[in-house]
Order: sequence, then C-alpha cells, then structure tokens
Amino acid sequence: MCGPVTETRDLFAAVPRSEFDTPGRSRGLIDVVRWRYLLRLLVRTGVTTRYRNSVLGWTWSYVRPAAQFLVFWVVLGLFMNLDRGIPNYAVYLFSGIVVINLFSEAFKNATTSIVGNAALVRKVFLPRQLFAVSAVIVAFVHFLPQVGLLLVVCLFLGWITHISLLSVLAIFAGMIIVMVFALGLGLFFGAINVRFRDAENIVELMLLLATWASPVLYGWYQVQDAIVGTLGWPQWIVDLYLLNPITQGVELFHFAFWRPVTDAAFAIPPGLAWNTLWTFLIAVATLLFGQFVFRRLEGRFAQDL
Amino acid sequence: MSEQTTIKPSIIVDGVHKRFTLNHAYSLKDTVVSWIKRRKLTSEFEALKGIDLVIGQGESVAILGLNGSGKSTLLKMVSGVMEPDEGQVLTRGRVAGLIEVGAGFHPELSGRENVFLNAAILGMKQHEIEARYDEIVAFSEIEQFIDQEVKHYSSGMFMRLAFSVAIHVELDVLLVDEILSVGDAPFREKCRLKFEELIEQGKTLVVVSHDMEMVRELCTRGIVINKGDVIYDGEIEGAIALVDK
Repeated sequence: MCGPVTETRDLFAAVPRSEFDTPGRSRGLIDVVRWRYLLRLLVRTGVTTRYRNSVLGWTWSYVRPAAQFLVFWVVLGLFMNLDRGIPNYAVYLFSGIVVINLFSEAFKNATTSIVGNAALVRKVFLPRQLFAVSAVIVAFVHFLPQVGLLLVVCLFLGWITHISLLSVLAIFAGMIIVMVFALGLGLFFGAINVRFRDAENIVELMLLLATWASPVLYGWYQVQDAIVGTLGWPQWIVDLYLLNPITQGVELFHFAFWRPVTDAAFAIPPGLAWNTLWTFLIAVATLLFGQFVFRRLEGRFAQDL
Repeated sequence: MSEQTTIKPSIIVDGVHKRFTLNHAYSLKDTVVSWIKRRKLTSEFEALKGIDLVIGQGESVAILGLNGSGKSTLLKMVSGVMEPDEGQVLTRGRVAGLIEVGAGFHPELSGRENVFLNAAILGMKQHEIEARYDEIVAFSEIEQFIDQEVKHYSSGMFMRLAFSVAIHVELDVLLVDEILSVGDAPFREKCRLKFEELIEQGKTLVVVSHDMEMVRELCTRGIVINKGDVIYDGEIEGAIALVDK
C-alpha cells in the first residue's frame, strides 16, 4: 500500500475540479423544476393509486367532506344555533372547510412523504423535495372535486350573476397561499420526522387546532367582539389573528364563494386585500425556512431512516 | 487539461471519512430523559477511515471485502445517497446505481408504468425512456405481462424488469451493488454480456459483489476494503486471492 497512494495524491492536485460533480449536492427546489417529468409521474402515481381496489373510488373524495360538512352543519348550525348572525351558514361553513381540508391534506402528506418513501431515499439519490412537492400537488388534485361541489352549490344559489374578477382572483390567491404555506411547513416537519417521528403527531395536533384557529365555524367578527369587546385587549391581536395564512385562505374563499350568494353578509375583515400580500409573504418565508432546514438535514436522511 | 496519466479519472474519492452515529434514543422523550440523566445519547462507529481512490474512465473495478467492511457505504457515497463527513467525492458524467433495483417500483402500477416511473427516478428524461422502452421490455423478456400490476409478478419477473430498467439508463459510470445474481442462469449470462458491452463502450463500472466468478470475468482491477481502510488495490486476481483465503 505504498505506490498507489502517492499516485493518487498527485492526481488530486492535477485534476481540474470544474469538470466534476459532487454527488448528493442538490439545489433545493430548483431541482424540482429540472426533474419535472418525475414529479409528474409521482403525482400521477399518487392520484391513481389512492383509490385503487376500492369500489367507490373517487366518490370517497366527495363522501368525506360531505359527511364532515353535515356533522358541522347539523351540530353547530341546527343544535347549537351558532349560525345566528351568519346567513347562508351552510355555504359559509363549506367554503371554509374545503380550505382547511386542502391545508390538512397537503401538510400531512408532505410531512410523511420522506418517511413514506424511505426505500427510495435510502437507495437512490434524487431531489427529496420532489416527494413533498408531489404530496402537496396530490392534495390539490383531491381538493378539486370539493371545490367543484362548492361551485355547483354556489351556482345553484345564483353565484354566477354576482361573480366578479376579484372573486376569481381571491380563489387562486387563497389556494396558492395555503399550498405554499403547507409545503413550507411540510418540508420542515418532513425533515424533522426522519429523525423524530414525534413530528407526525405534532402535525396531527396542529391540524386539530387549525380548524378552530380560523373562522370556519364562526365569523371573524366574533373574534373581534371577544378580544376587543369582552376582554378589552388591543386591536393588534385581532390583526395578528387575521395574519394567519390559513385564516386568510378561508377569508378569501368566503369572499369568493359565500359573499356573492349572501345578501346580508357581515363586513369583510379589515385589510383583506393587504393581508393577501402579507400572508403570501409569510407563506413564502415559511417555505424558505422549511427549505433551509430541509437542506440542512437532507444529507443525513439516508442514514437516519 | 493536465494529462499526467493516460486515463482520465471518472471517480475521485479523496480522504473520505464516514462515521455513523449509533442512536440510543429513538424519540424526543428518550432524548430528554437521557439528557436529564446525563446518559450518553449516541456512540460513534467509523465506517470509512480516510479512503483515497481514483477510478479512471473505462475501468471496471471490483470492490471486495467482508460484510460490514464499508463497501456499500463507499458506493452510496459515490452515488450521492450519503455525504462524507470528511473528504470529498467527485464524479464526472452521469452516475447511475444498480443499487437494490426495484426500490422505486410501485406494486399497484402496471409493469409499463413502472418502467417509466423507475427510469425517471434513475434520472432519465421522458424522450430517452420512450426511445428505449421497447429495448427495456425486450431485455426483461416479460412482454406478455407488461400491462399486469407488478404485485402479481413472480419475484424473478420483478427483478428482471427492475434490472432491465436500471441497465438501460443513459450513463457514464455504473455502480453495481450485489445484484449480479438476478434471475436464472440464461438471464445472468445475458446480464454479463450486457455488462461487457458497457465496458466495451468505455463506461466505468464499479462492482460490489461476493460472486467471485462474475467479478473475475468482468473486472480488471480489484480493491479490497477491510474495516474502513483500503488494504489492496491492484490486479483483480490478487484481490480475489486476498479475500478468498
């Protein structure tokens, strides 16, 4: 073991490094664009295999939100009379629930995506962000039938005559904000989950709170009344509450679907337009942070899984 | 371009160390409890202790050694699945690994869909896969079952298809980890011929295997690793003799 070593050393000095790649070095989310063909296949796999071997198949995508909606509507609306002050409560409820569903599904899937693809992550090098991104896109595909259902109900109630360009923009803004936010959080918790499976349970807990932390079952003004009126706390706490990207997504959906079909709708939350920008920036910041943590931990995925 | 040697290097492994942390705590709770009790959370195991290697373009190299000597870890480092703790790994051109073929297969998808999915996972572009699709299926010899779901395949059929996809990936460097024992004798012979074809095309081949016969036929250079150190680097016969005794 004398000869080869010195030869090797000479070579290291002589070789122009620029011609070489360092294996395992990823460029983060930029790589996802370069691997878009694989992304498409992963999404297609996720979508088509989900209801494989089930009789009802895609109907389940309608049944679940419908059941959820029915429970909330009957219990909260009819039994507990929570709908007082919120006209057209059913539409209000449903347009909020679909946003929460999109967020929950995207966030949960993205969190488990790395561990779920352990066999691949351990054996083959590919940009692991792909798994999280495809999980969010699959969640989006499953969210579409729910929006379709909502759209049908709204059309039935005369939505089309009140529709404005602003409502359509609000739908897209709401979806983008929620998905970017979910991807950011998903990358963060997905990376943590490789080492500590507690992340999955923390996410479950967060999702449980998310439904109640946003004005899905109640109106935003009730929060205002409680905080400023009853408790006497300053207004900025309400503003902070409204800066939750999920809350903003829910409010944008209310603005787009519920408001046009409701005559006696209460006032829109203050600064809805500006909050769209701020929450979008918060979502992007979350994504950058999640991406940063993900990339820091990525090198250890293969050995930690 | 410096031409000190006749061959251009294809893989450079420069002083690579790899340590594995053996965890004794498996959850946040365990971590906190051990931390409070001031118990040691982890211990270290050094899998690679400063490996220096240069593999030239067109060389076919066998990496030999006993189980747990660090061969597969080294290969994972070259493929990019793991990162070295110290030192540097550099590769030139497209590196593809025949490392546990079939890892990317989805049991619920048909053979055809899996060919596309797996080839994309191994880094192929859509038009490349479409161009080679017929070749891949023909090589695997399971044309008549290609539209069946993969979960209904026999293990032999599964391995043949997976192997066939992997071997048809556009590549400059091929890493092979212990999968030369695919299928029955005729198929193995076919694989061997395919490897020889790749060697003739000037591809770089790095093989980790315990199948000495196959290694002897394919490789010209042997590297023996023992407990994370290179203990032999040279003619293949010498390496085999060292490992076999």
